[in-house]
Amino acid sequence: MNLEKAMTDGVLTVNLEGKLDTGTAPQAEKELEADVLSAQKVVLDMKSLKYLSSAGLRLILKIYKNMKGKDGLIVKNVNENIMEIFELTGFMDILQIE
Amino acid sequence: MKSITLPATIDSINNATDFINEVLEEADCPMRTKIQLDIALDELMSNVARYAYPQGEGDITVSVEILETPKRVVLTLIDSGIPYDPLKKDDPDVSLSAEEREIGGLGIYIVKESMDDLQYEYKNNQNIVTIVKRF
Repeated sequence: MNLEKAMTDGVLTVNLEGKLDTGTAPQAEKELEADVLSAQKVVLDMKSLKYLSSAGLRLILKIYKNMKGKDGLIVKNVNENIMEIFELTGFMDILQIE
Repeated sequence: MKSITLPATIDSINNATDFINEVLEEADCPMRTKIQLDIALDELMSNVARYAYPQGEGDITVSVEILETPKRVVLTLIDSGIPYDPLKKDDPDVSLSAEEREIGGLGIYIVKESMDDLQYEYKNNQNIVTIVKRF
């Protein structure tokens, strides 16, 4: 799992690469924690993310809740494996997916 | 049938995933099915790593078998930890809003929904979880 992040005018853009699962999600959470708190808006780009498990959903929900009352969370470039997990778990109805 | 026995830790999940993927690739398992199985393994094995051995360390054995007509993968996880039936957990309410949502139980729910079968038995002091996925 690789993670690239950039903060521009309060917008935190995160490129996720590989898989976001039990083994990698805690590390990603640690790397993003401070930036998420200071960001006004978060964009998760999943173009290079192969799949995620419930550990990844936990991280996404945490970021989502942190963005409440700010400018929100956008998830983009979601592949069909990830979309299937979002559909199964009802995350489709919560997330703003582009 | 091929098996691997590893310490029941989060760190072992990668090794177990590599192990099953090798078998799945040999069997020409489609990518989508392979990913669903990798996710299921992550969900089930992380449960064992977190809860099976509260008193200390223990092992987990992961077995994978390809069966024909219909072509399917049978994945079995065996540990000698405390009895724990993942199927007993109530399904989460996936229609709740984000504010009301708790993440617990989502992992097993994903396994239930994405696999063709999920069984649990406790036999000879072992937890045995078996999942089946056709491809």
